[in-house]
Amino acid sequence: MSWPAFERHVSQHEAIKMSETAVSGTMRGPGGARSPLLTVDNVTLRYKTPSLLVTATEDVSFNVARSDRFVLLGPSGCGKSTLLKGVGGYMKPAAGSICINGRPVTKPGPDRMMVFQEFDQLMPWKTVLQNVMFPLVVARKLSQKQASDIARAYIDKVKLTRAIDSYPHTLSGGMKQRVAIARGMAMQPDILLMDEPFAALDALTRRQMQDELLQLWDDTKFTVIFVTHSIAEAIKISNRILLLSPHPGRVKAEVVNVDRASMGDGSAADLEREIHNLLFSEQVRSGATS
Amino acid sequence: MKPKEALIAKPQIILSDGDIGSRPAHANLAPVEQKLSTAELVWGIGAVRKTLIILILAVLWQTYAVYLDNPLLFPTLSDTITTLIDRFADGTLPARIGTTLKVLLMGYAAGTLLAALLTVLAINTRIGTDFLETMTAMFNPLPAISLLPLALIWFGLGTPSLVFVLVHSVLWAVALNTHSGFLGVSRTLRMVGANYGLTGFSYVTRILIPAAFPSILTGLKIGWAFAWRTLIAAELVFGVSSGQGGLGWFIFENRNLLDIPAVFAGLLTVIAIGLTVENLVFQTIERRTIRKWGMKE
Repeated sequence: MSWPAFERHVSQHEAIKMSETAVSGTMRGPGGARSPLLTVDNVTLRYKTPSLLVTATEDVSFNVARSDRFVLLGPSGCGKSTLLKGVGGYMKPAAGSICINGRPVTKPGPDRMMVFQEFDQLMPWKTVLQNVMFPLVVARKLSQKQASDIARAYIDKVKLTRAIDSYPHTLSGGMKQRVAIARGMAMQPDILLMDEPFAALDALTRRQMQDELLQLWDDTKFTVIFVTHSIAEAIKISNRILLLSPHPGRVKAEVVNVDRASMGDGSAADLEREIHNLLFSEQVRSGATS
Repeated sequence: MKPKEALIAKPQIILSDGDIGSRPAHANLAPVEQKLSTAELVWGIGAVRKTLIILILAVLWQTYAVYLDNPLLFPTLSDTITTLIDRFADGTLPARIGTTLKVLLMGYAAGTLLAALLTVLAINTRIGTDFLETMTAMFNPLPAISLLPLALIWFGLGTPSLVFVLVHSVLWAVALNTHSGFLGVSRTLRMVGANYGLTGFSYVTRILIPAAFPSILTGLKIGWAFAWRTLIAAELVFGVSSGQGGLGWFIFENRNLLDIPAVFAGLLTVIAIGLTVENLVFQTIERRTIRKWGMKE
């Protein structure tokens, strides 16, 4: 029985070793390979604003195995969204490398489907069905018939069959996010990248969506990287959490076997408190000295 | 101590007396939703109210013209309508309308095409953007009709001059709106397009154009309005192209003949065509696209 382990990164090598042992101990998807699906190696990401060159993340390393629910967690300014964009291929690392299945990531592609926080990620001129079918037709070059069959199956999975011919503007926020998730999953990407997908939802819908996401994962064991700034959400969803510190984003620690923490015996609450202390310890200390 | 306290003040859920679940569904529907009376329903239709206004104006026109009794200055509505029907029956007006619409479509199509080219250039290169912005800033305030004298020298008395002026009236409005529409496409939607591996032409046609369609349609509407007014005005100046004038020339000609009811008939035709295109054609497109998609309230 392995409990949530929780260690500071001393060196990058240790980190990788640690997460690999963790993965072998946790549940694995069918046909899970031993080599990691995604490796992020000493990556530094920078972006330009009109007047500044901002270093969003510095020297970040982690890897993601098949069927991982990997969460990037940190306060705002820790570069977690930027890191996700790097994996998505929207940004080139200034240093280091990002590889998926051993191939370096150079540009966005349908093997890494993104689910965004914004509701306008759906195409307003397409119905729910057409939105889910669209990438299947243009990126995977499926026929209309095949695409429609797959799309209907995934729309059914997210329980939106009754809204299948609706246009996005008639849907609620939660329903829109479900369409986006169905669209991402229908493509059967190597990794689903989710950038705070539930952040704009109300608290009740948010909890419901988290449960549904876990149910979907039980069904298909897809690999997902999930960005959030909510510690509770991270614990609920993930099996591994990467904690990032802000300005610039660096790896602070990695939490493994998160799925062993349970709400029932209070271990989830303990873990939440521990993560909170770790993330905000520096602020508390600097606050005390000043 | 702690468990005792918990016993005294324990969280509890107290169900409301009028538990909604026990009542039959829709039992209380009647007081919540009530039908409006027929009169209120009819008055709620915009077309009904507007038709009423037109009818009142028609009655006023007829009464005043009969009272004035001066067909040279202000013919009666009935005279105007009789002339309108006569000119339609003898084929003059349909021929004039045909000429006008043919030139209009040529100019409109050419202008839109040029606008598309210019916009593609503008979204792909920075110098293209600068070019479009400078040209639009310079030519947008210049009424197209003011180029007519120059056009007459360059292209002579005929259709090419009219088309040139029309292109000028359509091009800048359409290009400006399309370009700002493309710039306004949300970053998320662009990232979604890139995520699917769409690039170049397919990216423009499958993501940018539909996403910018509200702006593009606005541009096309403004372009149409400019073109229609410009063409009628240009035809007033000269209408003889290949032996046949358009609607504007019809109005001018009949004024010279002092056939004032025919002048009014021509004006009514201009209004009717303008209304048809603006309210029927563009509103139908709008209803079937951006309204259905929820991209316009």
